[in-house]
Amino acid sequence: MTEIPLWSLAVLPAVLGVATIVAIAFDVALSARAGGRAASLTEAVVVPLREAVRLLVGQRRVTTAADRVLWRTGVVTVPLAALMAALVLPLGGVAVADLDVGVVWFNAMEILAWAAVWLAGWGPNSALSLVGGYRFVAQGLAYELPHMFALITAATAAGTLRVGGIVEAQSGVWFVVWMPVAFVVYLLSTAAMAFQAPFDAPIGRDLAGGVAGELSGVDRLVLQGGRWLLLVVAVAMSVPLFLGGGHGPLLPPWLWTVLKTAAVLAAVLWLRRKFPTVRMDRFAEIAWVVLIPLTILQALAVAALVLTW
Amino acid sequence: MSLELFLVIGAGLLAIGLFGALTQQSVVMLMMGLELMLNGVIVAAAAFWYYLAPASADGQVLIIVVITAMAVEMAMGFAVVTAIFRARDVDMTDMAADLKE
Amino acid sequence: MLSAVLAWVFGALALVAGALVFRLDSMAKVTFALLASFLFAAGEVLLLGLGYLGVVIVLMMVMEMVIMVVFMIMYMMNPAGLMPMAMFHNTRGSATIAGGVFIALTAGIFLVDWPERAGRAPADSTLALGESLMGGQMLTMMTLGLALFATIVSSVVLATHRGRYDRFGDDLRADHPDDPIPGGVGR
Repeated sequence: MTEIPLWSLAVLPAVLGVATIVAIAFDVALSARAGGRAASLTEAVVVPLREAVRLLVGQRRVTTAADRVLWRTGVVTVPLAALMAALVLPLGGVAVADLDVGVVWFNAMEILAWAAVWLAGWGPNSALSLVGGYRFVAQGLAYELPHMFALITAATAAGTLRVGGIVEAQSGVWFVVWMPVAFVVYLLSTAAMAFQAPFDAPIGRDLAGGVAGELSGVDRLVLQGGRWLLLVVAVAMSVPLFLGGGHGPLLPPWLWTVLKTAAVLAAVLWLRRKFPTVRMDRFAEIAWVVLIPLTILQALAVAALVLTW
Repeated sequence: MSLELFLVIGAGLLAIGLFGALTQQSVVMLMMGLELMLNGVIVAAAAFWYYLAPASADGQVLIIVVITAMAVEMAMGFAVVTAIFRARDVDMTDMAADLKE
Repeated sequence: MLSAVLAWVFGALALVAGALVFRLDSMAKVTFALLASFLFAAGEVLLLGLGYLGVVIVLMMVMEMVIMVVFMIMYMMNPAGLMPMAMFHNTRGSATIAGGVFIALTAGIFLVDWPERAGRAPADSTLALGESLMGGQMLTMMTLGLALFATIVSSVVLATHRGRYDRFGDDLRADHPDDPIPGGVGR
């Protein structure tokens, strides 16, 4: 695994931005199909871009006694957390920074979303958006521990916290084969951390938009864009963690990474429409009573296999 | 970079935390002071590890212990505040002073 | 050179953020000032070559402060600094004590003849920490684990106001617990 020079810091947001736009376009097409009509390619691309431009020229909403500093900080931190987590994301053989504690770095950066979403809910001094922020904290307490156990399982099997090392350890068998539970729980938590459906209660319609309710103009664009960016980055991380990264026959590693990421992302986007929004109280109990024991057992089984084999 | 610089920063954090823990009336703010004191201990422990005994991992273990102490302190602190608040609607140290009787 | 400058900058910012904790009047701002202080301290730890611990401090403290802010706003009736109020006591005495402690510590720091650096840092400090925790310091690790477990149990016992008799009836015979909020497992 080689690290590429500093200019890649500028390339990374561009690549991720394109991937995010493609993902949103795919989602728009899925929405159109769910509505009973086929969406053309141009429509799928134009709708998100038009929405982005509309938000860019839109006016900022002002609320009474808003905590502007914390509000802006929270909104900006959502895409920032996604970008910083993406620093360790390998594309084929290269990553911007292949840290020796890469997995922990990824986890720490994506937890910034906790603070970010709560702050975005607190900032506007509005009850409904604060309830949205609290919902995300409750959701975070539910998804984070199973998520951490899933990450630990992959790191245990590879015997390293370096993402490049985890990819190398999968040159034979992909981790998804012998840790399917961790993989599924990981994908579940990607949707939860990016508060995408079915875990979109923090910005739910019953809260008049929740955290995003008082946001308009650029702020709204940054939060919603950051939310998609977070989903794309988190889903892309599942490829080096569980799906063998760039390993595959014939094609070059970077193309394999892109193909696998696109496939998983498409599957997640398609699957998440199949479920209704999950309520916090239900998800919390399911996470603590079902998911945590399952992931602990998974980690235990993998650890035993690593030690004996 | 020198050992003294990090130790002074650690001592500064400890002093600020001590000031806060002594002045604040609210239990929750008092706990923030305690956390700040432990923060100073973390910086000092890391500096001791790096400048005095990097070969053994004892300095690192000390940081782990401090982080755990913070988590325990916070969890127990909030649980106690919740219990006191449920029992008699107070969240200030002065108002809970009759507990000593 | 760069790391020396960063050490000064992070240190100064950690101290400023720490001081702000007791100067700001909004509970949310106070909590996130404390978080900023922790993050800059984590920066110092990273500068000292402890990659794993530095990142873990970031991870832990973000989670801890987000949970803290919930309690802060629950128990401090001072919404967003709209109603400023003084919640101090004994300011002058505390300042004297804290200042005295700082002066004594600083004097000690510069007067003590610190020993020479013994040994070299291991190539992988994370590995060294792991081997220590699973080897010589195993007892520390087990004690910490037990302490955390005891904390979980006792904090739940302290904080909850509903026991099993509330949930399962006086003779504990009810099939389904009588909870105000039903869970998702459907017991």
